[in-house]
Amino acid sequence: MREVAVLGIGMSEWGELWKKPLRQIFVDAASAAIADAGVDKIDSMYVGCMTSGLFVGQEHLASMLSDYLGVSSIPACRVESACASAGVAFRLGYVEVASGVSDIVLVGGVEKMTDVGGDGATFALATAADQEYEVYHGVTFPGLYAMVANEHMDRFGTTREQLAHVAVKNHKHGSMNPRAQYPFEVTVEGVLKSVLVADPLRILDCSPITDGAAAAVLCPLGLAKKLSKKPLVKITGSGHATDTIALHDRDDITEFAATKRAAEKAYKMAGVGPADIDFAEVHDCFTIAEICVIEALGFAERGKGGEAAESGATALGGPIPINTSGGLKSKGHPVGATGIAQIVELTEQLRGESGKRQVKGAKRGLAQNMGGTGGSTTVHILEVA
Amino acid sequence: MAGIIGYGAYVPRHRIKVEEIAKVWGTDAESYKRGLMLKEKSVPAPDQDTITMSVEAARNAVKRAGIDPELIEAVYVGSESHPYAVKPSGTVVSEAVGTTRNVHCADFEFACKAGSEAMFICIGLVDGGSIKYGLAIGADTSQGAPGDALEYSAAAGAAAFIFGKEDGVAKVLCTHTFMTDTPDFWRREYEYYPRHGGRFTGEQAYFRHISTAASQMMDKMKMKPEDFSYAVFHQPNGKFPMKVGEMLGFKRGQLEAGWLSPTLGNTYSGSSPMGLTAILDVAKPGEKILMTSFGSGAGSDGFIFEVTKDIQKSRNAAAKTREQLDKKTYVDYGVYAKFRGKIRKAS
Repeated sequence: MREVAVLGIGMSEWGELWKKPLRQIFVDAASAAIADAGVDKIDSMYVGCMTSGLFVGQEHLASMLSDYLGVSSIPACRVESACASAGVAFRLGYVEVASGVSDIVLVGGVEKMTDVGGDGATFALATAADQEYEVYHGVTFPGLYAMVANEHMDRFGTTREQLAHVAVKNHKHGSMNPRAQYPFEVTVEGVLKSVLVADPLRILDCSPITDGAAAAVLCPLGLAKKLSKKPLVKITGSGHATDTIALHDRDDITEFAATKRAAEKAYKMAGVGPADIDFAEVHDCFTIAEICVIEALGFAERGKGGEAAESGATALGGPIPINTSGGLKSKGHPVGATGIAQIVELTEQLRGESGKRQVKGAKRGLAQNMGGTGGSTTVHILEVA
Repeated sequence: MAGIIGYGAYVPRHRIKVEEIAKVWGTDAESYKRGLMLKEKSVPAPDQDTITMSVEAARNAVKRAGIDPELIEAVYVGSESHPYAVKPSGTVVSEAVGTTRNVHCADFEFACKAGSEAMFICIGLVDGGSIKYGLAIGADTSQGAPGDALEYSAAAGAAAFIFGKEDGVAKVLCTHTFMTDTPDFWRREYEYYPRHGGRFTGEQAYFRHISTAASQMMDKMKMKPEDFSYAVFHQPNGKFPMKVGEMLGFKRGQLEAGWLSPTLGNTYSGSSPMGLTAILDVAKPGEKILMTSFGSGAGSDGFIFEVTKDIQKSRNAAAKTREQLDKKTYVDYGVYAKFRGKIRKAS
């Protein structure tokens, strides 16, 4: 296996991009990544996208996007794993370069979510849950995560305020990220008074609907040393695991087993543990998700994820800053693009390019990207080369 | 240019509170009250429609104008709830008001700016010398599907203006319009309730068109927000007109006189015209008013008026807009559902 570097990164504008079609959003991000990498060709590409068919009525996405990117002859493949689509695309690109099959691989993710209304988006997103046993009975994603939140609160004494602290922290981080969709700060009181979505989750516990794309160019570390003048970032750990898609089939709905398994693989491969990680981007689609995920990753003790947010342990300046980009909560969550956007944040932090939200002395970061209620998860560890 | 010779409004008596609607649908009333700044909305009774409300408003305008209605040579009714798909509202209104039979009459539809379209065209015909007096009306019994966000705001009301060559109670200093093809809100033939593009109706539709039309109009006239005593914008809810006003540089004090939506709701084609009537009820001679409507689809009409000394004797000739707004009888959701034809008695 060859060592693999993240040679280039790029993001499109994120937000409600009424005037831009999906193809343009993707090309904006991919072009930025290719320019950042400084390469004049790519050998293949993987594109994460959860459900362009339901959001914009377009399938056969990889061929269309390679065409619009101007590289239509290369092998191109769309990857779908719900909200972990881009994380899986990143892993496949990594495997292709590491194995020696290709040298320069573009990995990206894109989602255009605002062409449908609220009901349409809820329907499309719910296809990541079990249609026959969950969705047909009226459960939506906020409903599923609300069940997780209630269980976590009952069993571990996690408080409603602690959930709010996750949103407060991530919005504070996002306020320092010029690319964030909602770059404003919120207060605990503001979260607690926001509109109730699914008890106990309120609107400010939920990540938003976002249009956006992110991309990265991967190549062998040796080649990156020749091509790049920027600080080099290499991939040292990659883990991917799945779990039951339906929440009710789990032994414990507060323990995200796929995240735990993917993290174990990534830690083992990198030869490190949670204590060796300087900062992380995790899948905070709902505030409760961040709490459960940081427990599964080993950044907080079981049942103490809420306390970690409340104490400031996971804030910038704390021992393990989580979601310095603002996370899905503040930066936005174009579902099929989120996994690569996390890689963009890790790479910028490791290059020392994160400005006001820079984690001092960041040498090793972790990205955790999750589909559904944790039915699929990828964990990647990136380090300064 | 033309002037407003007479003006009038009509507000139905019935109201329903936001809490009453929220209770039925299990939603959070506070979020509508706080987020959209809506408290209650007007409800038309079963025997009230765009035509009856237009007649009421027009009769108030005739009273204030103090003219023989026979002199009115154009009647335009703007609405998206004309009672008939085919057969004009304007003919009924014209006969009821008592205009000449040589009246040019038409119904307009441009979502919520149909009323200001009627005003725009009357001003043009007066300025061009084709007519002596023209009656422009904006009226709606707005439709909001049960449980839809629109149900909290879709209201009923009418405003009418008679334009003539004299300065009247307010001189028209300028008209301006801005339009694009923007599909933010629509109702297809045979559909009872409109559909809308959710958040797309905000920034890309309402805010873009109003702010562009109003700022272009002020640039054209070399005027600034501080040159106006009052400004009134289309009022789909309580929040948007205040926000667009602030975006344009107006202060809350300039916006409040015409801000009816928190207790009236959105009267669609009647919305900003009714706000203008409330301003004319209180404005002093020499004060300038900026009005900008918005209609989905989408476009905005802008007007600048200067109030004359005749306002003081004219305004008391008919019921003032806020006086009508204050006279109210609350209904519960059941009565509201019956009034709005959402439930029907078995035959």
